[in-house]
This record gives sequence, C-alpha cells and structure tokens, in this order.
Amino acid sequence: MSKWDISKMNAWKAEQFPLRGVIPDAGNSRDYVTGGWRSERPVRDVETCTDCLLCWVFCPDTAVRVENEKLADDTFDLDHCKGCGVCANECPVEAITMVPEGCELPEVK
Amino acid sequence: MAEQKTVATTGNSVVAEAFRQCAPDVVAAYPITPQTTIVEEFAKIVAQGRVHTEYVTVESEHSAMSACIGAAAAGARVMTATASQGLALMWEELYIASGMRLPIIMANTNRALSAPINIHCDHSDVMGARDSGWIILFAETAQEVYDNTIMAVPIGEDPEVLLPVMTCLDGFITTHSIDRVQLMDDDSVTAFVGDYEPQNALLDTDNPVSHGNFAGLGGPYFEFKKTQRLAIDCSKGVIERVGEAFSKLSGRPFGLIETDMMDDAEVAIVVLGSTAGNVRYVAKQMRAEGVKAGLVKIRCFRPFPVEEMVSALSDMKAVGVLDRADSFGAEGGPVFLETRSALYDLESRVPVVNYIYGLGGSDVRLDLIRTVYTDLSDIAAGSASLHGMQYLGAR
Amino acid sequence: MEQLTEIRWHARAGQGAVTAAKLVAETALAADKYMQAMPEYGPERMGAPIKAFTRISPDPIDIHCNIEHPNVVIVLDDSLLDVVDVTEGLVDDGTVIINTCTPPDAAKRSLGVADGVTVACLDASGIALDTIKRDIPNTPMIGALAKVTEAVDIDTVKSLLEVTFGKKFGQEIIDANIASVDRAYEEVVVA
Repeated sequence: MSKWDISKMNAWKAEQFPLRGVIPDAGNSRDYVTGGWRSERPVRDVETCTDCLLCWVFCPDTAVRVENEKLADDTFDLDHCKGCGVCANECPVEAITMVPEGCELPEVK
Repeated sequence: MAEQKTVATTGNSVVAEAFRQCAPDVVAAYPITPQTTIVEEFAKIVAQGRVHTEYVTVESEHSAMSACIGAAAAGARVMTATASQGLALMWEELYIASGMRLPIIMANTNRALSAPINIHCDHSDVMGARDSGWIILFAETAQEVYDNTIMAVPIGEDPEVLLPVMTCLDGFITTHSIDRVQLMDDDSVTAFVGDYEPQNALLDTDNPVSHGNFAGLGGPYFEFKKTQRLAIDCSKGVIERVGEAFSKLSGRPFGLIETDMMDDAEVAIVVLGSTAGNVRYVAKQMRAEGVKAGLVKIRCFRPFPVEEMVSALSDMKAVGVLDRADSFGAEGGPVFLETRSALYDLESRVPVVNYIYGLGGSDVRLDLIRTVYTDLSDIAAGSASLHGMQYLGAR
Repeated sequence: MEQLTEIRWHARAGQGAVTAAKLVAETALAADKYMQAMPEYGPERMGAPIKAFTRISPDPIDIHCNIEHPNVVIVLDDSLLDVVDVTEGLVDDGTVIINTCTPPDAAKRSLGVADGVTVACLDASGIALDTIKRDIPNTPMIGALAKVTEAVDIDTVKSLLEVTFGKKFGQEIIDANIASVDRAYEEVVVA
C-alpha cells in the first residue's frame, strides 16, 4: 500500500480530491491489483528450474520475484500476474506449467 | 502608480510586449492570421535575449496547446496565441488545459471560421470554446488588450483559481490597427504578476506526482468537474480583486462589465469587443437627439457576470444584444441567450432582442448601430414588437 | 413492469458473455418481448472480470440505469467467485446459475445466499469442450437459463443460434452450439 490512502475514495467529496486530479504519490501502480484477470496461474517445478531467470526477463508485469540472483521460493507475485503464460512459453527447460485457477469454490476446497 | 509611457502601437504588438514583461518560461505557438505578428514579435524578443523564454516552434496548433499543457504541468508559466481555425484545432486540448487546472495564458485574435474561407473578425472562434472551462476576457482597444494580458497572469495563477485564461482581441480591427497605448514600466509589471509558484509540478522531483489520470468506470470524473465549476465560480471574485489592484497601479478602470450612460438610460446595447466603441459613439449621438441610450460592455465573458448584468439592465425598457457569432439553430447568439437568461428571474420583464452582426469582418457601420437604438426606442415606446433575432445589415 | 427480468452476467473477457447477453435479448425479441442488452463499458482485456446485463420485459422498457438488483445472476467462470461479489444486490427470490463442477447445494452454502434463492450448477465448460471443442461456455449457460427460469425458451434459443451464428460460422459449429444448449438443458442441477 502506498502512503496515499485511497481506500474510501468512492465516498470522497469533490473538495477532497487533490487539485487537478494528480496522484500525489509515486509508484502507486503496484496498488492496482491485476491478479483477478488470471484464469491460469504459473507453477514452477523447482527440480527442473535452472534459475536462468528468462521468465523474469520476459514477464510483462514484473510479477516474477528474484532474490540473490535466483528465483524466490515464492516465485510469482500473484497479485499482479495476469496468467498470460509468457513465462511458461519462454522457459527453456519447461519448468513452468500453467494450471487452471479456481476449479472449486473456496469453502468447498 | 506605475511609470507609464504612451506609445502608438498595434494590439498584437502590445500582446508581445505584455508577454515579455510577464516573462513566461515557455511559449509554444503556431502562426495564423491575424495572430501571426504576436508570435513573430515575441520570437524576435526571445532571439534578442530580452526575455528568458523557451520558445517552442511546433507543427500545428494542436501541438502548440499540447506543448503548452506539458510545460504547464511541468511547472512552467506558459503563454501562447492563436485565432480561428487554430483555436478550433486546439479544441480537445482546451478542455485538457482547464481540466488539469493549468493557468496557461492565450491571446485569441478573433477571426471567422471557414467555410467560406475568411480571415476577418468575428467571435465564432471563441464562442466555440466558451464551454471549455477557460476564463475568457474581451478587449475593446489595444489598451485593454495590454491590461487584460497582464491581469490574466495573477487571475489564472491564483491558487484558488488555477485555470487557463483566454484574452480576446478583434482580428485586424484591434490586432493590426495602431492605437494609443500606455505601457507600464517593467518593474511594475514584474511586481504585479509576481513569481509563479506551481502546485504539483512534474519537475518537482522531490514530490513526485502523476498527472492526467483515468477517472472513468465509476471513478470521480463527475467530482473533478464539480471542482472545476467551483474554481471558475470563485475566479469571479479574484478577477474583480486583481482588476481593482491593476486599476490602482495603472489608473485605468476595470470591471467584469463596463457601463456607459446607464444611470438614466431607458434602452441599452450589450456588446463585446471593439464594437463597443462604435456603440458608445452612436449612443452619444442618440442622447443628443433625446434618446436615453446606454451601453453595457462585457469584458469578462467567462465567468459570465450574471449579477452585474442584472443590476445594469433590470430597469431597461428595451435591451439589444449584439452577437458577432451565431449559434446556428438556437434562438439567437450566445451573448443574447445568456443575457436574456440572466434577466429571467426578475419580477419585471425586460424586453430583449438580438442582432447578429459583423460576421466575417462585415463592417459595423454607425448607421447599423443607429438602427438598433431606433428599434429599441420603438420597442420601449410600445410602437414596435419584439422581433427576436435579426442579421444586422445582411442583405 | 412487474414482469421485468433483470439478468447480470459475470465472466472473464473472451468467454462470450456479451454475445450471450445479446443472444438472450434476441431470443426475447423473437418471443415478441422488449429487451435491453448492454456490456459494462470499459477496457476489454482477455481474462479480466467483466459484467454484462440483459433486461427482458413484456412491456416497453423505459429505464436506462444500471441493474443493481438482478433477478438472475449467471457466472461463466467459477474462479470469479473468489474475486467478485457475484450475488451483490440479488433479489431474495433470485436465481444464480454457475458454470462449475461443484454440486449446487455446496455452492449455495458457499455463496451464503438467502433460502429463497435458487442456485443452479452445471459443468458448462466441460459441455463446451465436448461439443464446441473450446472452453467457451456461453451457449450452454443459455441452455441452463432456459431450464431454470422462464426468461427464455429453449426452442427459440436454438432457432436463433441457427440464424445469428449462421452469419459467422459453418453448420458444424452451429450444430455443436445447439448440442451444447441441449446438453446444458438436461444436465443443469438445481439445489
């Protein structure tokens, strides 16, 4: 969450919006969660993965996490991954598979 | 009072001179008759190093206003000038400039719109932009052009306003005629306009902001438009305050509307721009003949000075509104529609008639103005009925 | 206007919800009813959650505001149940039709809807894959709609598919779509 709290924006009166509609904050696009667009999620096979980081290079949403020049254990930022499958397509060792989202209802799982 | 020198110069020259004295950071413009000599002269001033302005030459008016918007969002004081088709080409950017609350100053040298092709004066260009959220000032003389241009800066840049300001001068009639003008000394103008302190400037890298954001899909677009309406409503008081301060400095009066011979007038003409002079001249003649003629000149068209118009016109027996632009298919021209609407809530019913005049630079002869006052006298005496809208002097 | 039926469609862009909303409206027209069908205007992105709306009435429809209290909610993708409050504003005796493998009684518990709400489930994606050979579950959902509500009539739906799809697709695809409607009509299960 950025420092500009917009959680109640839909109830703001005209005077409460910043002048000229600026967003008085930087980097707030990370608050725009696009994970809900996804119908398939990427899953990494750690055994097969060589940490070549091509998925990180290709991901159009910078949703691949890297720590210490290796893929992070929690590899995919699912708040922003749109499930496009580019990572799985580009992976040279086929270590990423796209798995359908939500086959079952949450409570029934 | 400022030190002043009286010179013989044109309306366009005084715009360039006022621009120099207000020292904009950026001017982006594209030449178009009858505005050309404004940007030519200002370019020359920049080339001579007499002002530290970034002068951006662009390939169209669309780009000119786009560049102005970018520069103003970055935090610059920005000025430009255009006319006619050029203003029309800026149309979408006009709304962006006001919506983004950027106090850009623009001189518009009123000229007819094609077709047929015509380079001469009428107000069709600015009337097409009347709902774009800009503050719009009109000038009768080169002197008023100079004064309006300087006043536009502290009006637009007022933190409670932050809106673009268009200062209108009649093409050729005011732009190219040599007139007697008092120019103030540079120091007085510099002190009067002050330094521009932009808010939310893009170049303020310590406080990063994002401009021009999306507000649709149930977003707050409607609320932003409300703040724009509040700002232009609030600008009225600011314009009066700035006008008062300017009057003290220059010794020249300024009002949202300016009235002549209205104290005991029975019939009045409402007019914008240079034609006010013709009307004043004829009104004096009519008075010598026993007609109680008066004149209301609107200097500030946006925001429309409703209260001032009501107070000036409420006791009239007949009012004639001169429009140098038609609103095709409407009941009359734009000034007529707004004037008559302003008078609607009065207890008494003031008869108001409309004259479309001078389109495409058609000469506004004194006998035409005389016709209007004669019509109004007949209406006031009950010997003529309201005639709605007429094309004054068209064959 | 008491017989006004308001339908809200939840889907992901690309699943054919807008086409389905239109098809249902055209079915209503064929039954000499009045109708509106409108997408939720916004940026279209394959996979993004979208909404579409259909109004059906035996009388002329004068209103043009958003549908806030739908009688019927149709969910083309059960992964949306995590993301979107699909039952928002649903009337107490409304209907929810979901494309899912989950049994309807479990789905009803999961949605937490009022007792009076009818919840119907079918594996529309499975039907679509069997018949149309692609996971475009829109036409099966119309088959289910015809079964569960009186908003549309199954025979009218099928004859309209011939006409409207006939402009764009070959007979094979039309037949596949009609088969998907028939199977959905048979297979939908109500809680």
